[in-house]
Amino acid sequence: MKPKSILTRFYNCRILRDGKIIKEDLWIRDGKIANPEQVFYVEQLEADLSVNCKDFLIAPGFIDIQINGGMGVDFSYDSENVEEGINKVAKELITHGVTSFCPTMVTSDEEKYHKILPRIIKRQGGQHGATVLGVHLEGPFINNVIIVTLAPELDGAMEAIRGLTSLGIKVALGHSSASLAEGEKAVENGANLITHLFNAMLPFHHRDPGLVGLLASTTNKQVYYGIISDGIHTHPAALRIASRTNKDGDDAVAAQGLADGRYRIGPQAVSVEHGRAYVAGTDTLCGSTAALDACVHTFRQSIAASLHPARALGIADRKGNLHFGCDADFVILHPSTLKVQSTWIAGECVYRNTVAE
Amino acid sequence: MRLIILEDADIVADWAARFVLQRVTQFKPGPGRHFVLGLPTGGTPLGMYRKLIQFYKEGRISFKYVTTFNMDEYVGLARDHPESYHYYMWNEFFKHVDIEPGNAHVLDGNAPDLVAECQRFEDLIKQAGGVQLFVGGELPSETWTGYIASGGASCTHKYIAIRQQRTYKRVTCNVFAGIGPDGHIAFNEPGSSLASRTRVKTLAYDTLEANKRFFGNDISKVPRQALTVGVATVMDAKEVMILITGVHKALALSKAVEEGVNHMWTVSAFQQHAQTLFVCDEAATLELRVKTVKGKLYLQSLMEEHNKLIEDKR
Repeated sequence: MKPKSILTRFYNCRILRDGKIIKEDLWIRDGKIANPEQVFYVEQLEADLSVNCKDFLIAPGFIDIQINGGMGVDFSYDSENVEEGINKVAKELITHGVTSFCPTMVTSDEEKYHKILPRIIKRQGGQHGATVLGVHLEGPFINNVIIVTLAPELDGAMEAIRGLTSLGIKVALGHSSASLAEGEKAVENGANLITHLFNAMLPFHHRDPGLVGLLASTTNKQVYYGIISDGIHTHPAALRIASRTNKDGDDAVAAQGLADGRYRIGPQAVSVEHGRAYVAGTDTLCGSTAALDACVHTFRQSIAASLHPARALGIADRKGNLHFGCDADFVILHPSTLKVQSTWIAGECVYRNTVAE
Repeated sequence: MRLIILEDADIVADWAARFVLQRVTQFKPGPGRHFVLGLPTGGTPLGMYRKLIQFYKEGRISFKYVTTFNMDEYVGLARDHPESYHYYMWNEFFKHVDIEPGNAHVLDGNAPDLVAECQRFEDLIKQAGGVQLFVGGELPSETWTGYIASGGASCTHKYIAIRQQRTYKRVTCNVFAGIGPDGHIAFNEPGSSLASRTRVKTLAYDTLEANKRFFGNDISKVPRQALTVGVATVMDAKEVMILITGVHKALALSKAVEEGVNHMWTVSAFQQHAQTLFVCDEAATLELRVKTVKGKLYLQSLMEEHNKLIEDKR
């Protein structure tokens, strides 16, 4: 744990802010991003520590809002060693630049919920691993829950959506045969996410596009979506369709390959078309042969893995970006390969890729 | 008074930066021995700051023992407003170098008591032992339309190129927009006393009008007052360097150096300063008499001498 009020300045870096990559120092203090202009003029302080980033890139830490397990852990089934499983995954995630996540339970029998749910505690991240934002339930129920996925066509769904959102819980739509009209009604009632878009829902039909139609719906609320972008569950072209139709909507695409609880896939396998470079960290999109500008382009898209999920969860005022006052959760990436060099939670370095240096 | 005529605004910026570099290093600042530097904002100074940052990064200059005083600031404009001089100084200079926050003084236009703030500023300068070198922002005026329309030479384009990289542009005090600047220093608009000290100035309506485009074309958002060092405050400096570039400054330059001391052209006061340099580009000399520019007086024989001022003697 860092002592309080150490002012750290990261210099010689480019940072992702407001969707742009800018040459700018990043200042942090007490686990938050500090405003150096204010520090200079008002507090008249200098940095206690200066870190030379050697022209590396700094992006907001990635936020994974749907992860069913990994490293042989399955959050929905392993009811005996819940904490151990969370720890294991949390620890693994930071090596991929993920600073916060939502452990996700698929629909299970009631007994599992009772056993597992109370044991997944929201907690701040650190050396032990990424921050646990709360549980994502692909199915009903509440304690520690931050997202619930439900099918809007079921009886009582609209009441449930209103009730859940009034409790501050985000509602995602999925595992559903809903029509577009039902989907739009759900959005009007407060739902703002689609769970693994294209999978476990009606396929796109031109007379009734179903939940997929929410991508281009005329509802003026932003709908975010997760997508399993492993190239198997979703064809890359479908991914592009989603991304181009609704470019502000895609979120932590990376880890959704773990849907339905059938998989025991470690995060490293969760490669995606874009976003892959940041989360998977290996065999990246931007290999050494790729042009830097292509990487920069990809780098910008890491918004999809940080800002969009933060917005979807309504926590963008403190996570998912590098604005002053936000949590100092960020990831330092190699300028050409975009491999994760180090991961920082609340201003503390929780992972360092020693091989890469 | 020395008049240094250089090819274009870039070279003026470069020369000015080298001059600051030499003055600071020759002074050998250290603990308890600070070099006190007066600073402007604006277009030509921007190039100077970039050079100084480069020198800093190359390890040729440190600002650790440099104390700075800025000339002016708007009243009531948020410190982090893109048009404020705090914002300019932070983003264009301070954050890039090793100056200590406590040594970088910018007038606080949001102080509860503005008169006291001005007095405090004067006192701080005194406490610091007076200003060694005051760099005068070129007569602050960015008459863009006038400037481009008057078709300045190739140098003009370079100058504009520097400016256009900025997300903000500022007009400090563009009293005669489109006609030509009025030859004032800091916010000492025509008629300011040449004996003035740091004080609150109410800006002329034309200034507000010219500035409103930087405030969403809403004149009510343009600050109506500014804090500014007085002419006499700058006159007290041991040495003064005034940067003047562009065709639109040509009349002001001629008034400043070829005619009498006059409060309608406040910068002319520096004719009576023992150690003043006017550093200008060729475009700014267009209103000067041929004898001044082409006579043996300046360009040919003296330039060699002038350049000794910026020689790296290490």
